[in-house]
Amino acid sequence: MAESHTARPRTNAGPGRLLIAVYLIFAIAASSRAAVQIATKFDEAPLAYLLSALAAVVYIVAAVGLARAGHAGRRVALACCALELAGVVGVGAFSLARPDLFPDETVWSGFGSGYGYIPLVLPILGLAWLLHTRRAAHRVSS
Amino acid sequence: MNTPTPAPATVPVSGSPVDGALAVAAIVVALLVAVWALVAALRHRSPDRVQFIGLAVLELLLLGLAVVTAVALTGGERPGEPGSFFGYLVTLVCLPPLAAVLARMEPTRWGSAIVCAVCLVTPVVVVRLQQTWEVLGG
Repeated sequence: MAESHTARPRTNAGPGRLLIAVYLIFAIAASSRAAVQIATKFDEAPLAYLLSALAAVVYIVAAVGLARAGHAGRRVALACCALELAGVVGVGAFSLARPDLFPDETVWSGFGSGYGYIPLVLPILGLAWLLHTRRAAHRVSS
Repeated sequence: MNTPTPAPATVPVSGSPVDGALAVAAIVVALLVAVWALVAALRHRSPDRVQFIGLAVLELLLLGLAVVTAVALTGGERPGEPGSFFGYLVTLVCLPPLAAVLARMEPTRWGSAIVCAVCLVTPVVVVRLQQTWEVLGG
């Protein structure tokens, strides 16, 4: 749109950089939270804390994948966004159905309600952005 | 929620270190920078000097908040939910530098959008910080 004169749409420029910023915020938030929880009271809710740690790793890898912007980066980002969406929907549903399994909250509990549902929206935006840049890339190369 | 609440030990009523003038100042500065950056983004402007100075001021306020918290911790006070509290505190201090670095890498309107987004997240994290400090009551 605004940057139509700049050829070659890449996942790590323009709106993509904003997406990376939000991913990095969540990477920091999830990993610092998981680190403190695992270090101080792992026994209380091991499943919840391991899920927090997994979420943190997924956010970090997704941010790196988007930032690398190559073929491999795109594939990595795609896998992470898909995993994330599955995670937030799955854990969200599970935390409502079996709250006893989640005595303490994770980033993905209640579909990310503790974080303004951004964990639910973020992978959808990520997938949309990957799709958008791939279409644009096809248009440029053909 | 269901975590066994530690015995309400000697918690001074003087209150939370994260609930004072510093926190209010940080929220106000963050919102001002967010509005400024939003206007810049809507006008297709790349991040300007005002945004970077605003981020620097914000970072100083947040570091002040962290220092005040550290002083309170050495004084024997404890947050109600330590796990979330320290998670939010670390995140908070990382936010303005993250915005500054990414905004410098992206000298387009989207750089301003990044500054705006981060400055909108900051007040939310400050409020969450305050909430996770005082849960001892309920």
